[in-house]
Amino acid sequence: MEETTLNNDIHVKLTEKFGEKVTAVSEPYGLLTFVTYKDVIINVLSHLKEELKFNFLTDITAVHYPGKDHGIAVVYHLHNMVEKVRIRIKVFISEQNPTIPTATTVWKGANWMERETYDLFGVKFEGHPDLRRILNMDDLGVHPMLKQYPLEDPNRVDKKDEFFGR
Amino acid sequence: MATMGSHYDLGRFGAERLSFSPRQADVLMVMGTIAKKMAPVLKQVYIQMAEPRWVMAVGACASSGGIFDTYSVLQGIDEVIPVDVYVPGCPPRPEAILDGFQRIQDLVKSESGRRRNSDYYKELLGQYGIK
Amino acid sequence: MNHNHPVFTDNDPQSELVTLNLGPTHPATHGVFQNVLQLDGERIVSGVSTIGYIHRAFEKIAEHRPFYQITPLTDRLNYCSSPINNMGWHMTVEKLLNIQMPKRVDYLRVIVMELSRIADHIICNTIIGQDTGATTTFLYLFQFREHIYEIFEEVCGARLTTNIGRIGGFERDFNDIAFAKIDKFLKEFPKALKEFENLLTRNRIFIDRTAGVAEVTKETALEYSWTGPLLRATGVDYDVRVSDPYSSYQDFDFEVPVGTSGDIYDRYLVRNEEMWQSVRIIEQALVKLKTEPKGIFHADVPEFYLPPKQEVYNNMEALIYHFKIVMGEIDAPKAEVYHAVEGGNGELGFYLINDGGRTPYRLHFRRPSFVNYQMFAPMSEGMLLSDAIINMSSMNIIAGELDA
Repeated sequence: MEETTLNNDIHVKLTEKFGEKVTAVSEPYGLLTFVTYKDVIINVLSHLKEELKFNFLTDITAVHYPGKDHGIAVVYHLHNMVEKVRIRIKVFISEQNPTIPTATTVWKGANWMERETYDLFGVKFEGHPDLRRILNMDDLGVHPMLKQYPLEDPNRVDKKDEFFGR
Repeated sequence: MATMGSHYDLGRFGAERLSFSPRQADVLMVMGTIAKKMAPVLKQVYIQMAEPRWVMAVGACASSGGIFDTYSVLQGIDEVIPVDVYVPGCPPRPEAILDGFQRIQDLVKSESGRRRNSDYYKELLGQYGIK
Repeated sequence: MNHNHPVFTDNDPQSELVTLNLGPTHPATHGVFQNVLQLDGERIVSGVSTIGYIHRAFEKIAEHRPFYQITPLTDRLNYCSSPINNMGWHMTVEKLLNIQMPKRVDYLRVIVMELSRIADHIICNTIIGQDTGATTTFLYLFQFREHIYEIFEEVCGARLTTNIGRIGGFERDFNDIAFAKIDKFLKEFPKALKEFENLLTRNRIFIDRTAGVAEVTKETALEYSWTGPLLRATGVDYDVRVSDPYSSYQDFDFEVPVGTSGDIYDRYLVRNEEMWQSVRIIEQALVKLKTEPKGIFHADVPEFYLPPKQEVYNNMEALIYHFKIVMGEIDAPKAEVYHAVEGGNGELGFYLINDGGRTPYRLHFRRPSFVNYQMFAPMSEGMLLSDAIINMSSMNIIAGELDA
């Protein structure tokens, strides 16, 4: 029960500050989750860091939902180490023009997480100091985690799909 | 690593000194998954080795790509360099690596002294674009 | 040609920088990653890290596999302590499916996880010894890593990539030989660890090489999202086992060691102390196991836990469940869940989104090595090259976890 009231507190404080910009609040498995927009995301993050003591950036990643208006969700996980609360923030951005301000201004550790997200999903983090591919080769050409790309290498010759039931 | 350690001790079979430079090595043991990003590096290492040279593909990933049939993994190192011995297993047990190593020794014993100068061998390397 | 003529260069050799390409197959780096360093003499001026040399697209593969087939992938993340990854993944799915685990399974899991934590820390600390010039420690303590692997072999049949356990428990109970081997290990290991500490902890050469090298403050460590022994060495007492207990860690009495300056010596001490604490936890778990009813090694959830083979052949319901699980048609709630465990290197997180299909809609691994390693290049600046090498080994970067 304690967890829930804490989450409530955070929710109330966030709504006071950002009003309608904090939407779709839910609590799957006790983890406060909400959706915000890309024009305020950096303010939300720094507010959470400075005022609400979410001092630790656990993770940045993205999810691709093809066929929607805003088909790419950038997901941030933050952690308040003192009160032991985690929080999840999502920002939906358009698939055609996937840009979002960088979080490296708030946490330096966001650097590689954003590069990984750029590499796999093609999300362009504006203002990032060094936005290059990190895991794949520079000449890969596509962002492979997007749902339209196959898992297997389409150019390979030695493994025939028919033998694998595909 | 366990293969080199005190428990299994590859040194017993005549491989006491691990070479820190490909230029002074006879056997190249390719362990683990080779991503496409790694492939040119691997080829470079192979070219740096002096003849005669042998290659061991250790593990399913190095031999054929293993379970990683994906866009970023090389489907077997024999796409970039010629391989002498394949060791199966994911990962292979240290005993398997030792056995693979002894198969290399068998090859060394039975190989004719002129094989490396033969046309067949040059053609083989030519397939991989190595002169 | 006049050989007596002195050679003049335009540049003062003192002012010229040397570019050193360290990696990806450099023997001093344990794993495949590249660092292009600018050197002024022996001092590093700047560095650029390149990673991705064994990127195998785990997250993409995971989108094409049912839940139970993802366990072998997690093995290959941090292959030095794969059981922790396996169980972290099982617990994530169990959290999604709301499965309550019996206490006995939790304790068995704790034993396996702590054993693999010891194995992981053995590797890291002996490698630090190796890189500072003390090969003895490596050869000596590595035996015990082998003993741990023998225990794993007894429990699940594999040494390194264990694929240990199932969603909902273990695939079989620990046998008597396994318990006997654990007892033997607990008897012998503390002696060896004590000797290992005697060799290094007060060793003048070792202290000179490590103390005060690569110091990191709390603030920087948090800024760069460090976790695990590295963060604790800087003085932050963050341990997922304590702050967010899973698998009944709240029942155990253990301490979280912290350092003060975050230098390599502190990291070494923190890892050593964690091995002692792990031994303590395993001892407590063995005592607790005695009070639990025997023979329980999985939760009573037939719809998610594979039934034994005899029943599949003789029993209709078991056959149906078997079929449904193997085809990945289990009724998992449409939800998203984040679960973190304390891996060998820090917080290993699983972010799973399920949309009710056969496979996860999205699975993201928060890999501690990846997050920790990004600090390597900035922190190397101004460091001696030989110090940077031990710094890298003390960060215990596992290439499999780094690239996923």
